[in-house]
Amino acid sequence: MSGLVGKTASEIRRRVAAREVTCEEVVRGHLDRIAATEPGIDAFLLVSADRALDRARRLDAALAAGEPAPPLAGVPLAVKDVLHVEGLPTTCGSRALEGYLPPFAATAVARLEAKGAIVVGKTNMDEFAMGSSTENSAWKPTRNPWDPSRVPGGSSGGSAAAVAARMVPVALGTDTGGSIRQPAALCGVVGLKPTWGRVSRYGLVAFASSLDQIGPLALTVEDVALVCSALFGHDPHDATSASASVPDFAFALAGEARGLRVGVPWGFLAEGVEAETMTRFRESLRALESAGATVVEVSLPHLPHAIAAYYLVATAEASSNLARYDGVRYGRRAPGTHDLKRLYGETRDLGFGAEVKRRIILGTFALSSGYYDAYYLRAQKVRTLIRRDFESAFEACDVIATPTTPTAAFRLGEKTGDPLQMYLADIFTVPANLAGLPGLSLPCGLAGGLPVGLQLLGRPFDEPTLLRAGAAYQKATRHHELSPAL
Amino acid sequence: MPRVTVETVDHVARLARVSLTDEEKQLFARQLEEILAWAESLQALDTSGVPPMSQPRDATSFREDEPCGSLERETVLEGAPDPAEGLFRVPRVMGG
Repeated sequence: MSGLVGKTASEIRRRVAAREVTCEEVVRGHLDRIAATEPGIDAFLLVSADRALDRARRLDAALAAGEPAPPLAGVPLAVKDVLHVEGLPTTCGSRALEGYLPPFAATAVARLEAKGAIVVGKTNMDEFAMGSSTENSAWKPTRNPWDPSRVPGGSSGGSAAAVAARMVPVALGTDTGGSIRQPAALCGVVGLKPTWGRVSRYGLVAFASSLDQIGPLALTVEDVALVCSALFGHDPHDATSASASVPDFAFALAGEARGLRVGVPWGFLAEGVEAETMTRFRESLRALESAGATVVEVSLPHLPHAIAAYYLVATAEASSNLARYDGVRYGRRAPGTHDLKRLYGETRDLGFGAEVKRRIILGTFALSSGYYDAYYLRAQKVRTLIRRDFESAFEACDVIATPTTPTAAFRLGEKTGDPLQMYLADIFTVPANLAGLPGLSLPCGLAGGLPVGLQLLGRPFDEPTLLRAGAAYQKATRHHELSPAL
Repeated sequence: MPRVTVETVDHVARLARVSLTDEEKQLFARQLEEILAWAESLQALDTSGVPPMSQPRDATSFREDEPCGSLERETVLEGAPDPAEGLFRVPRVMGG
C-alpha cells in the first residue's frame, strides 16, 4: 500500500527522515486508507484532512530546508475525542458538548504534534469515556475490524479500531478502568496505560481524576516507546503530573527476558476466564519462560473487590466532575427554560445518555449523606488494601501477568441491557487504575478467531520494565503482526 | 443493604440536578439496587485502621501564587450558549 500504510510509526519516521517519502505522501496514503475502510468500522467522529495535509506540507518544507526530522516526523496520529486538539471540536462522544470548540490544546497532543506527529482525526468513544464497548457514544457505535458484528471494546474503541484497521499507526486513548488496554486487546493492538502522573492530563476532559491516564495504542512495543518518549514528563499545567525524569527505553527495547520475574495471581484467575483465552494466556507465559523469564505465583487477595471499589470511586468522582455541564459556560443549553434549576436539570437530561446518568446517580448516591462512609469512604480504604497487595507482590516479581480481558470481543448489544455484566468484564484492568500502576496489553493470539490480550502490570514509574517484557514477548511470538482481513 | 426505591433515585437525581423520566427512575432504581447488592462484599472486609486512598500519589505540586497569562475573555465566551455584555447570561436566580 502507498504512503507506508500498515507500517509502524518507527519505520515511517525513519523513511521520512531519509527523504524516501514525504509527510504529505504518508498522510495522503493514510487518509485514503481511512476513506476505504472507515465505512463499516466507524472509528472516527471527525477526519481532519485539510489540517493534516497543511501540517504535512509545512513539515515537508522544513525538512527540505534542511531542518532535522523530529522523532515523530510524518507519523499519522488519531486522537480520542476526549482530548483537545487545537482548532478541532471536542465532543467526548456526548450531545452535551455538541459544537464545542476548545480554546486550548491538550498537553499530550501538543507534545506529539511538536515532535512531528500529524493528527488525522478524532476517534469515537463511549460518552465521557464511560463504557467498555463504544456503544455508549451519542453519535454511533464503532465496530471491531476483526468482526463487524462485535464491539471494539471501549471506551477508546475508535482509537483501537483505527490502529487495528491500519488507518493510523498510532492513536491516543485514555484509561480510567481499562479503556486503553481492553480495546487494545479486543482489537489485537498494543496499548499502554502509563503510571498515574506520568502524562499531563491538561486538556483531557475529566471522568475520574484520580484514575484517568492518557496513553498510546500502536502496532508494536517499539512504537509505544517512541510515543512515550514525547508524551511523558512534567507539565506545570497539571498539578498532579509527576516530575520523574523521562526514561530512556533503549535497554528495554532490546527485549532481554533473562532475569525477569513474572508474577501470576493464579488464585484470582481461577474462575471466569473463557477457556481459549486462558489457553492463550498460558502459552504466553511459556513464551516468556522460553525467552529466559521466570514465572512465579503471587497473591493479590483483595482483587476480587476491585470492581466494586472501582465503580464506587469512579462514579463518585464522575458525579463531581460532570457537575460542570450545566448549560452556562459551554456546551449545549436546554432551550426555553426561565428557571435556573430547571435549566440545569433539563440541560443535563438533554445532554447525557443513559450510562452517564446512571453513573452520576450512583456516584451521587455513594457520596450522599448517610451513605458516604459505607460506600465512598469504604471503597477508598479498599483501594489502599489493593495498593498494598501490589506492593507485597512486587517484592517477589518485576511484572504481573493476567489476561487483559476474560473473553474476546462480545457482540454489539450483548451487554447493553445489563450494566453490571458490562462492569464485570473490566475485572483484570481496573486494579491498575486503583493502584496507579502502569499496564501494558499485548496481542497474544486469537481465541475463536478473535484477538485477545496479555496484560502486564508494573511498579509505579517502571514503564521501562513493562516495555522490556513486552519487547521480549514480541521477539518470541510475533502475534502483534496478525491483522484483520479488510 | 439499602433498598433503592424510585424515591431514592428521585432524591439523588435532585441532588445531582438531572431531570429523569419515570421510566428512567424505575430502571435506575432496579439497576442501582443490583449494583449495590453486588458491591455489598466490601462491607465484609476489615478496614479498621486502613487509611482511605484518594489518589495514587500524594504529590500534588504547588506553584508560586503569581499572576500569569490566561485565556482572553472573548475566547472563553465564544463557547458559551448565551453570552451577553462580556458575561455568561443565566435565567433570573432570585425574585421574579
